[in-house]
Amino acid sequence: MDFSLSEEQLLLKDSITTFVDKDYLFDVRQKNIKTELGYSSDFWKTFADLGWLGMPFSEADGGYNGGPIDLMVIMESLGRGLVVEPYIPNVVLAGGLVSRLGSEEQKQDLLPKIISGEIQMSVAFSEPQSRFDLNDVITSAKKDGENYILDGYKAVVMNGPSSNNIIVVARTAGNQLDKEGLSLFIVDPSLKGVSLRNYSNVDGSKASEITLENVSVPDSSLLGSEGDAFSALEEVIDLATLAISAEAVGIMEKMNEITLEYSKTREQFGETLSSFQALQHRMVDTFMAYEQTKSLLLMCAAKLTDKSDDAKKAVSALKYQVGIAAKHVGEESVQLHGGMGVTDETNIGHYFKRLTTIRAIFGNTDYHLKRYSAL
Amino acid sequence: MNLSFSEEDLKFQDEVRSFIAENYPADIKNKMDNGIPVSKEDIQTWQRILSKKGWFAVNWPEEYGGTGWSITQKHIFQNELADANTPTLVPFGVSMCGPVVYTFGTQEQKDRFLPGIINNDVWWCQGYSEPGSGSDLASLKTKAVKDGDHYIVNGTKTWTTMAQHADWIFCLVRTETTDIKQQGISFLLIDMKTPGVEVKPIITIDGSHEVNMVYLDNVKVPVENLIGEEGAGWNIAKFLLAHERTGIGGIPALKREIRRLREITSELPLGEGFLKDDELFMDKLNKLEIDLLAAEYSELRTLAAMSKGGHPGPESSILKIKGTDLQQGLSDLFVEALGYYAHPFMSEDDLISNEGRIGPDFAANVMPHYLNYRKVSIYGGSNEIQRNVIAKAVLGI
Ligand SMILES: Cc1cc2nc3c(=O)[nH]c(=O)nc-3n(C[C@H](O)[C@H](O)[C@H](O)COP(=O)(O)OP(=O)(O)OC[C@H]3O[C@@H](n4cnc5c(N)ncnc54)[C@H](O)[C@@H]3O)c2cc1C
Ligand SMILES: Cc1cc2nc3c(=O)[nH]c(=O)nc-3n(C[C@H](O)[C@H](O)[C@H](O)COP(=O)(O)OP(=O)(O)OC[C@H]3O[C@@H](n4cnc5c(N)ncnc54)[C@H](O)[C@@H]3O)c2cc1C
Repeated sequence: MDFSLSEEQLLLKDSITTFVDKDYLFDVRQKNIKTELGYSSDFWKTFADLGWLGMPFSEADGGYNGGPIDLMVIMESLGRGLVVEPYIPNVVLAGGLVSRLGSEEQKQDLLPKIISGEIQMSVAFSEPQSRFDLNDVITSAKKDGENYILDGYKAVVMNGPSSNNIIVVARTAGNQLDKEGLSLFIVDPSLKGVSLRNYSNVDGSKASEITLENVSVPDSSLLGSEGDAFSALEEVIDLATLAISAEAVGIMEKMNEITLEYSKTREQFGETLSSFQALQHRMVDTFMAYEQTKSLLLMCAAKLTDKSDDAKKAVSALKYQVGIAAKHVGEESVQLHGGMGVTDETNIGHYFKRLTTIRAIFGNTDYHLKRYSAL
Repeated sequence: MNLSFSEEDLKFQDEVRSFIAENYPADIKNKMDNGIPVSKEDIQTWQRILSKKGWFAVNWPEEYGGTGWSITQKHIFQNELADANTPTLVPFGVSMCGPVVYTFGTQEQKDRFLPGIINNDVWWCQGYSEPGSGSDLASLKTKAVKDGDHYIVNGTKTWTTMAQHADWIFCLVRTETTDIKQQGISFLLIDMKTPGVEVKPIITIDGSHEVNMVYLDNVKVPVENLIGEEGAGWNIAKFLLAHERTGIGGIPALKREIRRLREITSELPLGEGFLKDDELFMDKLNKLEIDLLAAEYSELRTLAAMSKGGHPGPESSILKIKGTDLQQGLSDLFVEALGYYAHPFMSEDDLISNEGRIGPDFAANVMPHYLNYRKVSIYGGSNEIQRNVIAKAVLGI
């Protein structure tokens, strides 16, 4: 039994931590999220130069053969820094689908550019009625000679605004809730009939509402075989769920540190907040919530690495726990800061906002509790 | 035991209901129902409508323009206002400064300040908290030094709600440095237009501007603006804390909102059905409703005791804790109901633009409300401080 990281993983963690502490300053982040792009393309270039973008890809695809544990290390460290650059939608989701399902040609076309940071991609999987069910897809794709015709609506597509290509989940057969009959298409958002409404989310990230109206795409944009996308999609979303859970664990660790530090300096009634037992116990509880979540994170990363039979169940156990702990740690950290906790100026509120959106992304506690029970 | 309203009370309820139905301006109602922030002018318009009817300063003694209503009638009135989704009345003048002035002020002060409050011509804000004095309010440092017929005031107030709209601020200031920090505090009214008063916005995590820093730099305040004796400020503050604490749980609004959420669950598509088919979600909604019933009946018990001449004592701390817990819990359920659609951030401009909203119509202010409502367990005496109060005053520890 060994929970420790490898030498390389420690180096990776070190390099991200150094970047986050030295370069990814809070006020720089706040400035960046207010720009139209919503993040820094210079930082994205840095991610590429330091090899982080290539981590999850095989050597054959030009990557570094990283596994779930490496991904966990990256995201936990990025979480601590409240990094808004779209690693998950671009690298984990879109990159994950292309590397799993892409033809040689598609891989050679897209993966090197993802790894070098040249292009941005995203995956449009959710719809207004689908909530968190990946199989719930109304958007349709109908064969039309050498083309497919896409029609439908995609909701809250993460990283949609800066994407050069969007992987659209569409139904080529079956009924709304069927797992069979789902297909993936690589869609250029400038195509006729594709319209994006872009906006910012409360956590500073960017997303799009996407309408597809009679959009004609060539056969060659089909990713993987027709009607067969569900299991790869589920696998990639599971990996992304691990990634975002790791981000949450990093955020919670950081929020607990910030709150503890604040409680040791803020004085009321002639004493520091940390001297009040009512608050000590609360901080012990948020610390325990973090520890419990970290344990499930490590368990889940190990099970995904081993491809064990109960890996999916582990993912749902983890995300359920993340949802519970994120609410607890987030709300308590704000409360213990008093009025300072609700100001836009202090970083704690921004960590809180990201932690709050993470509660829902890739499924909230209810969704994962049900999935856990059903598996 | 009889927990229903009397015949007269029901008649009164009808009267209030029809008045609101006939007089609540459609444009303000439209904003309230669609989550568009109301302006100062909107609130002023609505408060003036109530005022003209004699229904604004409901809790004031009749001689100053109050209603003379029974406690039950006041309760019914609050319920109806909330039920119709009218803008929350701004408490700083009518519920805070007014009662202080008619209880502790001189005849001149009453004549000077009460009409402006009841007519809604003068807006007030509350200058208690300071950067170093939040929960430990009595440690406040803003100094008022007497200089002939004026005080010279220096210090910084913070978290001052609506200071950007206020004409006047009521402040706790230190007029004397004493061993016991509660002594030496005075209650002073300051005209915001006085030279040396500077207001700077504090933006909150939901992106809104409701609180401010108020800097007081050599502000010259006439001595006739002192309420009560010099050094009586802490007692006045404590009087205010005990005053009008029922209603603090915001229960009528909670009842309206939980009803709205229930309606929403029948409208929000989920798969081939609706959110109401999701048992785990509905469990949470029902549990919250039971908790709300308990709070509602706790409040009614307090009201009943008061109408027999009792005082709302530390029970108000219980109502504050339970009410704000419920408000936060419900705001979180709205967020959960929306799934991903809780995430898009809409600015005020987006809300009224022609482009339409992202996701369901009601979605736009759900997350901002959740974020903003973290405040309710922090202000008005934080929920930790309320627990300290209950421990001391109720449990006798
Ligand atoms: C089933 C059982 C088996 C046991 N077996 C053994 C045994 O084999 N050998 C042995 O030596 N003892 C044994 N104990 C005794 C056990 O260790 C004590 O009960 C325990 O240490 C608590 O002490 P107490 O019962 O005197 O409660 P107290 O110490 O009086 O505490 C009462 C309550 O106050 C709380 N409290 C106390 N101090 C603080 C503080 N500073 N801050 C916050 N809360 C506080 C406690 O958590 C508890 O909830 C056993 C007890 C039980 C119930
Ligand atoms: C949106 C908003 C509007 C406000 N409007 C006004 C206004 O109009 N006028 C005004 O004067 N003030 C206003 N306030 C200020 C409010 O009253 C204070 O924020 C509140 O008193 C808490 O003080 P603080 O923020 O300094 O937190 P602190 O006092 O620093 O408290 C930080 C945390 O420690 C806890 N704590 C402190 N002491 C103890 C203790 N002894 N035991 C256990 N826990 C403790 C607190 O509960 C809190 O969780 C407003 C605040 C907010 C957030």
